[in-house]
Amino acid sequence: MIEIRNLHKTYRQGDVEVHALRGLDLSVAPGEFVSIVGPSGCGKSTLFNILGGLTPPTSGTVLIEGEDLTKKTDAERTNLRKKMVGFVFQKYNLLPTLSVADNIEIARHIAGDFGKPKDPSFEQALDMLGLRTRLDRKPKQLSGGEQQRVAIARAIVNRPAILLADEPTGNLDTENSELVLGLLKRLNETIGQTILMITHNPEAAAYGHRIVRMRDGRIAA
Amino acid sequence: MVLTLVGVSQGMLQESVRQKRGTGADILVRPAGSAIIGFSGDMPAKVVDVVREIPEVELATGTLVFPLGNIDSVTGVNLDEFGRMSGGFHFLEGGPFQQPNDLIIDEVVSKTKKLHVGDTYKNMLNRDWHICGVVESGKLARLFLPLPLLQDLGARMNQVTVIYVKLKDPAKTDDVVKTLHQRLEGYKIYSMEEFASLLSIDNIPMLKTFINVVVGLGIFVGFLVVFLSMYTAVLERTREIGILKALGASPAYILRILLAETALLAVIGSIVGIGFTYGTRGLMNTFVPTMTTVIVPEWWPIASAIAITGALIGAIYPGLKAAKQDAIEALAYD
Repeated sequence: MIEIRNLHKTYRQGDVEVHALRGLDLSVAPGEFVSIVGPSGCGKSTLFNILGGLTPPTSGTVLIEGEDLTKKTDAERTNLRKKMVGFVFQKYNLLPTLSVADNIEIARHIAGDFGKPKDPSFEQALDMLGLRTRLDRKPKQLSGGEQQRVAIARAIVNRPAILLADEPTGNLDTENSELVLGLLKRLNETIGQTILMITHNPEAAAYGHRIVRMRDGRIAA
Repeated sequence: MVLTLVGVSQGMLQESVRQKRGTGADILVRPAGSAIIGFSGDMPAKVVDVVREIPEVELATGTLVFPLGNIDSVTGVNLDEFGRMSGGFHFLEGGPFQQPNDLIIDEVVSKTKKLHVGDTYKNMLNRDWHICGVVESGKLARLFLPLPLLQDLGARMNQVTVIYVKLKDPAKTDDVVKTLHQRLEGYKIYSMEEFASLLSIDNIPMLKTFINVVVGLGIFVGFLVVFLSMYTAVLERTREIGILKALGASPAYILRILLAETALLAVIGSIVGIGFTYGTRGLMNTFVPTMTTVIVPEWWPIASAIAITGALIGAIYPGLKAAKQDAIEALAYD
């Protein structure tokens, strides 16, 4: 599913070169739920941005379902984001002027699936996320936990190959954190969604099948 | 702004045509070299006699237009001749001239300046005037003095500005116009229909230039307003644009939705702007009734096209800037 080999990413900040990733290797099997932990600045977010096609790597190989991200142009990586990757952010990142239903639909619109019948597994996921009665509401009318559930629904509506969750419980209280993590686990178990989750929280990391530790731009153990 | 200024321009022209039609004349005679609008320039009063010699002419009367500044003027008129030609003024108050300082005003001036019969119209041609009559508007002008008196006061003895001609048979208008052209070489001679058709924005070079300048200013101001609004809107939506990019939106998709939103706002703005022209007309007719304002539906598509085009041009740069934003930086924006 995901094969990362000798991945390097170097940023320039003024005259200074910052080596965010320094030869990272990682494999993720289809349907796996992997938690990635590590201190701030270890390169977790950079890894996610590369996997999500938001930024190109400096060198190395990144294969997602056989497609090499390192050989793709900006436009090709943009296309990849439409259907292959779904993002869940710490700050939810919902569009505030749109309803819950429209926040989900816009992802289908961008992917070119607007108006087509939704995948049955998504309908199942929508029930699981408990959003049926919230579809007409605006994000500001929802609690943090509910907003994060909408973000999860939006991330999986196009049936992406991988779901990238960046500190999905960072803004939530314990009760909502457990709810969201439980939902991610159930999505993984029921529809086989591959999930990579960044977290600082060891309890959250324990929801994954496997915990990968990063340090100084590499996998530590 | 564009619709209101065009409305005022057309309204003033239409009122001018209405006033001339109200005379009952079939033909107008103007001095050589005179402009279609403005009624400046004089000709000898004896030209009226030349016109009267034509057998088909039933009546001819000369009037003198004396400008008072701005768009106002006072017209010297022979009430007997004008009465026979037009059917006479319809007096709402008072009656014809009796005393040497008598002035007749129309109902619009009466309403605007709150003047009635017996009141004094102050400081016109360096003297005060006694209002002897208020007439229904729509005939010839708004302020009237006896023709010989105005000729004397204006130091334009035996001069007239316009000669109104009424024919025994209006069907012979074209023939009489030809005859008049032969007898009065160089003079401007119009049938009433020709005059009405010439009195349009397109036929008055200065007015057309003025309208073009106003339209140009409208486009420029609209462009600046939209440009700054869109620029601000794009900045405010940096994070939202980042979200769309994370969802896989291409630069073309983002540019398209920003331009679609701009076009929608411009269409709504155009409709609201058209609605405002009704309000402006109401205000103008209430507070400045001498400046006749009309609604100009034929200009609605033009004004809307200007608004939408200006808005889209103004939105392109901020739109392109938004489309090219880096998704990671945009998502980090607070």
